[in-house]
Amino acid sequence: MGSGPSLDAPAPVGFAEKIWRINWGLVLVLTAIAGVGVLALYSAAGGRFEPWAARHAVRYGSALMLMLVVALVHPKVWLALAWPIYIVSVLLLVAVDVIGKIGMGAQRWLVLGPIQIQPSEIAKVAVILVIARYYHGLRREQAGQFLYTLPPLAMILVVVGLVMVQPDLGTAMMVLMGGGALLFVAGVRIWMFLAAGVGAVACLPIAWSLMHDYQKRRVLTFLDPDRDPLGAGYHITQSKIATGSGGMFGKGFLKGTQSSLNFLPEKQTDFIFTTFVEEWGMAGALVLLGLFALVVVWGFSIAFRSQHHFGRLLALGVTAMLFLYMFINTAMVMGMLPVVGVPLPLVSNGGTALLSVMFACGLLIGVNVYRDAQLPRTR
Amino acid sequence: MKHFRKGDGERSGLFTRRALLLGGAQAVLLTALAGRLYQLQVVETDRFSSLAEENRVSMRLLPPSRGLIFDRGGVPLAVNRNNFRAMAASDRGRGADVLVERLDQILNLGDTEKVRLLRELRRSRNAQPIVVRENLGWEEVARLEFNAPDLPGVFIDLGQSRDYPEGDLMSHIVGYTGRVADEDLAGRDDPVLQLATMRFGKKGVERSLEDDLRGRAGAVQVEVNAVGRVVRELDRTEGQPGANALLTIDLDIQRFAAEKIKEHQSGSVVVLDVITGDVIAMVSTPGFDPSTFARGITQAEWRDLLDDPQRPLHNKAIAGVYPPGSTYKMVTALAALEAKVIDPWTRLPCLGFLELGKIKFHCWLKGGHGSTNVSEAIAMSCDCYFYEVARRAGVDRVSDMAQRLGFGKLSELGLPGESAANQPTRTWKQEKIGKAWQHGDTFNLGIGQGYMTATPLQLAIMTARLANGGYEVQPNLLLAKATPREELVPPAPRTRPTAPSLRLNPQHLAVIRQGMSDVVNTSHGTANALRAKQPEFTYAGKTGTAQVKRITEREREMGITQASLPWHLRHHALFVCYGPVDNPRYACAVIVEHGQAGGATAGPIGRDVLIETMKRDPSRRTDRFRKMASR
Repeated sequence: MGSGPSLDAPAPVGFAEKIWRINWGLVLVLTAIAGVGVLALYSAAGGRFEPWAARHAVRYGSALMLMLVVALVHPKVWLALAWPIYIVSVLLLVAVDVIGKIGMGAQRWLVLGPIQIQPSEIAKVAVILVIARYYHGLRREQAGQFLYTLPPLAMILVVVGLVMVQPDLGTAMMVLMGGGALLFVAGVRIWMFLAAGVGAVACLPIAWSLMHDYQKRRVLTFLDPDRDPLGAGYHITQSKIATGSGGMFGKGFLKGTQSSLNFLPEKQTDFIFTTFVEEWGMAGALVLLGLFALVVVWGFSIAFRSQHHFGRLLALGVTAMLFLYMFINTAMVMGMLPVVGVPLPLVSNGGTALLSVMFACGLLIGVNVYRDAQLPRTR
Repeated sequence: MKHFRKGDGERSGLFTRRALLLGGAQAVLLTALAGRLYQLQVVETDRFSSLAEENRVSMRLLPPSRGLIFDRGGVPLAVNRNNFRAMAASDRGRGADVLVERLDQILNLGDTEKVRLLRELRRSRNAQPIVVRENLGWEEVARLEFNAPDLPGVFIDLGQSRDYPEGDLMSHIVGYTGRVADEDLAGRDDPVLQLATMRFGKKGVERSLEDDLRGRAGAVQVEVNAVGRVVRELDRTEGQPGANALLTIDLDIQRFAAEKIKEHQSGSVVVLDVITGDVIAMVSTPGFDPSTFARGITQAEWRDLLDDPQRPLHNKAIAGVYPPGSTYKMVTALAALEAKVIDPWTRLPCLGFLELGKIKFHCWLKGGHGSTNVSEAIAMSCDCYFYEVARRAGVDRVSDMAQRLGFGKLSELGLPGESAANQPTRTWKQEKIGKAWQHGDTFNLGIGQGYMTATPLQLAIMTARLANGGYEVQPNLLLAKATPREELVPPAPRTRPTAPSLRLNPQHLAVIRQGMSDVVNTSHGTANALRAKQPEFTYAGKTGTAQVKRITEREREMGITQASLPWHLRHHALFVCYGPVDNPRYACAVIVEHGQAGGATAGPIGRDVLIETMKRDPSRRTDRFRKMASR
């Protein structure tokens, strides 16, 4: 296994070439999605930039800067930093859980001086990084072996467990599914997934007993929203009314009644999609979903074009995470999934999620910028 | 290097296959999302649109302003005043527990109120607001407004509530309003009655004129948010205020009569216009303060009113039933005259008693009155004369005449709670008592005792029909009604009755009236002491005493007299009168409960009230109203 620069390696790319290799089209699509967010937040505030829309635009601007910087960082740096980032994020998760225990109640934030950190957002990206790094170092046949599957499984489950304890069912689900998708593309045998699926079903009763009451209620409400139409089912019912009453072309910008009259809960965060589709209808919803699909397709093409396995896995992991974000959120507000509290990436109000998503997109674009970099298969 | 490449190529190939599978799965999920959108936004959009509209738009009724009630001179008897009330709306009871707790902290609701509020909040549909508390003071309004951010769905509503400036003086006539009860809704589908703030007439004119006073509701379509707060008005239809009512009551005479009868514990005065049937005054004492009902009566106040032995809630003028006693003798006499079993000159002896088999029927005058004709018998109230006359006429003719004069049936006054009292007949006794009519019953009926009962209003009606020449006038409380205040004017005065005639022989009526005049105006009359001092107010009348407890021979020997009996066992005192004697216009009936003797207690009241009425002569004067209305 030779390491170091090879003879037929392409000439190192210059700075201008790097800039050129940034997927500006993808940046445009991301900006368009964030623009939808500004529109929806402007409307959710009753036609005012305050308190959400303006902040969202500003945040997106700075997150965009961060993304471009991240995109220009060589993947070998991320390869080297994967483990440290993962370990730090796990420690932060532990810290947040411990503080939460002491402070009695749900705890998702860590306050470090002037900044608040949501460790689970870091952990999401960290899991992708560390798994991509792990499989980058494996041979093809090793990837299919059961024993080699145990370490990444552990990496995923540690984070899932810690997030679940917070409790943050949505993020835990996302990490689990995103990690699973990564293992799948990395070459883990299909039968293992089937076995895991069977095992998961078998474990459902245990999971049920570990769930908090409000989580149980959400699941039950999802299974039968009319069970409690005034309590937990209220949000979903009102969200469906808002979506459905939007019709084909929507009620028109700023003319949504469900959100402006506060029938919609959390209209600026988890239910922003509903706010948007009530006013823009199915046409607007399809445009938004199309933009997300575009991001996904772009992500796949970046993954396919990467010359190194780390890049492929990283790109696909980020893409899968974005897709899951989008899917879980929209499916939830349309009553296809339980209400788990996942924001719509780039659209929902909220700084940390926006930063982590843009950071991940930076990694994705970075894979494209350094698509033909030679990365040693370090172990 | 080649090996490296090959290994990577293998990995890359597997990755590509797997990634394409994953991409395919994502495409499927994305299609599912689009399918869901299609289902919600195209297939079911109509259903959801109407649900959204139901969420958003709330129809609110605007309660009409209730019509005002005035006396015949335009003095307000029932008015509306501003009422700040706390209202609460919640979205099908969501957050009701917390809300009620907070309201309790601010308004001190108490447990029963809390339970009521919770129930009503949970029941209210379309975030229709419910009443938390009425008649808020400024301090309470301020406290609620200050805490408004913590009280979602709570707002202050400026409504109207009823006020009765004359208090207990007019309580039985005007009545009061209360919350709409289920039985009030029968036959009325006016949606405004569903409003929590709506009030419904419960007693008196408030009740009898309810459908006039209420008016028609307006409606406003408002956009409400999730907690029921009104965001903006979409559409408004104005309602129509209720009609104002001008009553026949003359407040000055009413007050005069009330003050006269207040000297005694409990009783009733009714003054009628004999031509029109207008009720000039109708007093039942003691009364009650209707404002306690308007602001919400407490359990304790209600119990006190119910437990009072003098029954302040009971309108004795229309619902108190008493044996008419000697005031009934005109009926017996008229029945006999009309039946031609006696004529105006028929003289009958009185020895102080009349024997029927073994039973002795006493005259009130121990030695007897000797020989009298019918008008003298009325003037001296000779019992024996009327025993004999009743016997000759028979129960059927007496009862028939009594019914023509208004006894035994409800009048057309229309006030709720009126009693028909009891005019006994043969069939009545057979059905109710199960025994055949006896001669003794006829004797008792002849002097207004026994099974016979009447209300003060019926006595006044009888007197009016005798005085007006035999016209079947009906008592009437409403002079005029109109929605615009300027149209609320009394009708032109009338001098001839429009009611149908009873077709009584005028000569017979004249004899009866002569007898009633002699009661007051001749030295042998039973009420000669009560004669009018000014000749222009000369009037006619008849005293009566209604037995409550019979004092037996033995008790009489033991020295028990009426005055020594406990109050509730003493005789009722009655007096009926009309005036002026030559051209009658007003009739008056007075009952003093347990007042012992008609001439002594009821008589002076009747005289004073009748003379006061003749002095003021409200039926022929409208100038006073014009003066008040133009103010």
